[in-house]
Amino acid sequence: MINSSLKQLGDLLQTKKISSVELTQTFLNRIQQYNPSINAYIALDEARTIAQAKAADERIASGNAMPLTGVPFAQKDIFCAKGWQTTCGSKMLANFIAPYDAHVITQFDTAGAVNLGKTNMDEFAMGSSNETSYFGGVKNPWSFDRVPGGSSGGSAAAVAARLCAAATGTDTGGSIRQPASLCGFTGLKPTYGVVSRFGMIAFASSLDQAGPMAKSAEDCALMMNVMAGFDERDSTSLNREKEDYTRDLNKPLQGLKVGLPKEYFSEGLDTNVGKVIEAAIAEYKKLGAEIVDISLPNTGLSIPVYYVLAPAEASSNLSRYDGVRYGHRAAEYTDLMDMYNKSRAEGFGAEVKRRILIGTYVLSAGYYDAYYLKAQQIRRLIAQDFVEAFKQCDVIMGPAAPSTAFKAGEKVDDPVAMYLQDIYTISTNLAGLPGMSVPAGFAQSDDGVSLPVGLQIIGNYFDEARMLNVAHKYQQVTDWHERMPELVLPKEAK
Amino acid sequence: MALSIEDIKKVAHLARIEVTDSDAAATLSKLTGILGLIEQMQAVDTSGIEPMSHSQDLNQRLREDVVTKINLRDEFQKNAPILGNGSTLPAVGDGLYLVPKVIE
Repeated sequence: MINSSLKQLGDLLQTKKISSVELTQTFLNRIQQYNPSINAYIALDEARTIAQAKAADERIASGNAMPLTGVPFAQKDIFCAKGWQTTCGSKMLANFIAPYDAHVITQFDTAGAVNLGKTNMDEFAMGSSNETSYFGGVKNPWSFDRVPGGSSGGSAAAVAARLCAAATGTDTGGSIRQPASLCGFTGLKPTYGVVSRFGMIAFASSLDQAGPMAKSAEDCALMMNVMAGFDERDSTSLNREKEDYTRDLNKPLQGLKVGLPKEYFSEGLDTNVGKVIEAAIAEYKKLGAEIVDISLPNTGLSIPVYYVLAPAEASSNLSRYDGVRYGHRAAEYTDLMDMYNKSRAEGFGAEVKRRILIGTYVLSAGYYDAYYLKAQQIRRLIAQDFVEAFKQCDVIMGPAAPSTAFKAGEKVDDPVAMYLQDIYTISTNLAGLPGMSVPAGFAQSDDGVSLPVGLQIIGNYFDEARMLNVAHKYQQVTDWHERMPELVLPKEAK
Repeated sequence: MALSIEDIKKVAHLARIEVTDSDAAATLSKLTGILGLIEQMQAVDTSGIEPMSHSQDLNQRLREDVVTKINLRDEFQKNAPILGNGSTLPAVGDGLYLVPKVIE
């Protein structure tokens, strides 16, 4: 049951072969067994979860079920869920109980889905290894001494270890796709504006976008049907007609033009990862795809641009944490200024502080033109690269991350090395394009461990249905997405 | 452009984050590395390129000028921080939030 697709689970529930309470309890039991080692979840509330499962069973009995009614999901702790502790991985919000629901949470509730709990993440989504979380790191289920990627590391580990049917994530520079690659599952970052940001704790508002993290493309499509949609409470939510993201899943790929950007296969890419991606491309040729060589010349600039724009937006967004109305307030202070300074110094972790300082610096008098404006100009060049590329191809493919999962602690003291993890993902956020990571095989690490590799698929604006089709057809002829790590628990200390 | 300890302290003040001298020194070396990365931008000729602030060409939507929100003050104030300075009570009073006196 833990390996079943969302469609299979939905069918089992609606034909009453299982109840939502049984299914939910199965996952809760696995969470109890494995979460103390993996640390994927940071908030659990069994009574609330089971109550939702019971309500789902009643809804199914009354004949009003929707496709995902009764299916248990994990929610990234960046989404406010009314009555749930909602921390964004920060000490700043360690005691924050959300007073309302994020739009994404409302959409899952309306669908009758069950919330298993809130998943661990890099603090305020700033990180690529989940090591900046105030609540501790998360183990990669494929190799416990490695990171799951980030920032959606808890959701990633929960999906990979089958501690949920599927999970939500958010992606500002790669935070769905890089962990999907490192943990071996399917993740989609939609076009900016497709999923409402209301109630999703802000990091960099012009880049943040929520999306599904699941076992397969078909699962992601079903979740997109729930998550996507116009919401007037988010001023950047796009008012578009409702789509069925499953509609094109089975279309043949004959004649599909796949663009391979040379910049995604150059230095910096792990050789073994590169071989896996090449094998995946060969599989697409067999499926009838035509390969086109393309160039995204400004790819290398995406990281410098991102580390101006994202911190600039973050420094502004995170100014709300002042210790006045909610969040951490210092225990001792002399006056208002001292209260702000101490509350923020104590409440934020080192990486968050670094990014606030960078953001404040690039926006400060005298540096605005040289940094912020310059970055916005290069952002346009990066977006134009994609416009040119999509004149030659239907989708772009390449690696989602430059390496397989690295060891915990390996990059934690070197922010620049950590930032390079997102070299293949950041430019799509800057352009606002949709991107996916799809399991494409395994590569040997330097110390001989076999670790998952994700193939990235980048589509044109609003082309999610096609990307899901492209991923689904590949998953019909491969079984990488069905592989599951063997979870070996540490021996109990007596 | 080399950063100094004074720059770090100035920016930390602007960001309202207390830094000790040893914090500032550690932060200096990390931020210098990050700014080195950012500096790559300066090699690009961007003259005449319109800055891109957003991926979608959006206009601010307008709504009817009617009440759309209900008063959730009591609900929101449940998340008020602890007052501090010896008190363990929430930093609220008469529906307001309590902060140190700022006007004499």
